[in-house]
Amino acid sequence: MTSAAADRRRAFPPNWPLRIGLLVLAIYVVYAAQILDITWTRFLIGIEHGERFLSRMFPPDFSHDKLQLLYAGMMESLQIAILATVFGTAISLPLGLASARNISPAPIAWAARLFIVLCRTFHPLIVAILFVKAVGFGALAGILALTVASVGFISKLVGEATEEMSMKQVEAVRATGASFMSVIIMGVMPQVMARFIGFIAYELDSNLRNSALVGLVGGGGIGATLFTAFQRFDYDFVLTIVISIIAIVMVGEILSGFMRRLFQ
Amino acid sequence: MDASAPQQTRAADGVSRSLIIRNLRKEYRAGVPVLKDVSLTIEGRGLTAIIGPSGTGKSTLIRCINRLVDPTSGEMIFQGQDLATLRGKALRQARRRIGMVFQEYNLVERLTVIENVLCGRLGYVPVWRAWLRKFPAADVDRAFQLLDEVGLGDFANQRADQLSGGQRQRVGIARALMQDPDLILADEPTSSLDPKTSFEIMELIARRAGERDIPVIVNIHNVELGRRFADRIVGMSKGEIVFNGPPAALEEKHLLAIYGGEGWLE
Repeated sequence: MTSAAADRRRAFPPNWPLRIGLLVLAIYVVYAAQILDITWTRFLIGIEHGERFLSRMFPPDFSHDKLQLLYAGMMESLQIAILATVFGTAISLPLGLASARNISPAPIAWAARLFIVLCRTFHPLIVAILFVKAVGFGALAGILALTVASVGFISKLVGEATEEMSMKQVEAVRATGASFMSVIIMGVMPQVMARFIGFIAYELDSNLRNSALVGLVGGGGIGATLFTAFQRFDYDFVLTIVISIIAIVMVGEILSGFMRRLFQ
Repeated sequence: MDASAPQQTRAADGVSRSLIIRNLRKEYRAGVPVLKDVSLTIEGRGLTAIIGPSGTGKSTLIRCINRLVDPTSGEMIFQGQDLATLRGKALRQARRRIGMVFQEYNLVERLTVIENVLCGRLGYVPVWRAWLRKFPAADVDRAFQLLDEVGLGDFANQRADQLSGGQRQRVGIARALMQDPDLILADEPTSSLDPKTSFEIMELIARRAGERDIPVIVNIHNVELGRRFADRIVGMSKGEIVFNGPPAALEEKHLLAIYGGEGWLE
């Protein structure tokens, strides 16, 4: 009897590599927490700090001079986001097409890919720090940082969209004797354009959010306003800014969704 | 198919619309030829139907002619040039004289019907005209006229992806004619269509090319359809030409040689 049971084929054999992997992970988590001195006591103290911080935020400060500061910061962020989106997507279309291996010669495609990877390597925040060092505090640094981020993101998507398009349609245009650029314009762009516009909408949305971020490191806009408010312990104004950012981001998301549907 | 025939055709017609293929070979993988040194003369008029089983190199042969596929060796003499060696601008200029109709129509789906037809002028007009859709007025007039000819006059501003298969292939034919071609290639133009539409499409190709004296080379699965519209039948099997003659001369024994087996002939 026992031998019969042992011979039975097993539907769910134990996955030893997975078990060992999970065990190792558990040990590492405990070890890392100890090294970083993460303890329950510290967590409780932290919560107390947080409570005090939150209570100082209420009620949000809607006084006239603060609203003026808020408006100026918001407008600058909007400008940063829109300019970065325009510059970024304008560069992304040709760069993305150049990176598509089905229409671009291999050396050009690889060079374009390398450049895109470079643009994507660092978080927009780190790129912003670099540009603040290079061109100084203010909106220009923010615009440049978000442009780089947009190029990295949109040209990658454009490249992928181009590689997924129907080569049959391109082939037919090529067969008419069309030049390379004419093939791009009449065979490739019609297939990629609808998605490209979707990417623009998405990127505008994302730049709107990130424009608040780059201000924290000196890239101008509402982020700079927020940073100043933090440093001056104006926590009630901080809350006003945070609420406004959330509102703007939501409006941006609705707008970008609308834009995508419009050009479907 | 004797050696003197090509010379004769060329000498008689000068820069005619005839096409002389000599020893055309294509290997996608080295040592595995899909086309085994095919030689074929297409006269400067009439419809030549290439029949043969799937995977026998019919498509490859047709695609070599306008260089969508690059042949491994051999030559294709057309209007005094060897199409096999052309590159860059010379190749594009040769291509614009060769219209092509595809099995799956290959229209640019997101362009309108009239834009697709005008694609046939891309070999002639500069890029900026295509970019701004500022095609010469004469081209636009002709595009509308061709759409009337293929029976789609009312569809000019519809997007190509809204058309049925038969309608799309009519646009494909108009696009090919728009090139003002000296040769039309049709790669299985009816394989995705129902029998009635297939007949109509073949008739349309034969008529519109015939009245312009444009020679047509068409790959076709349907032997009866080929027989009906072709002035000449070329039978291919395993990368070689095994029959070449008028439709009337195509007999059962030839079909056996082309397709093999015999049960299907019952």
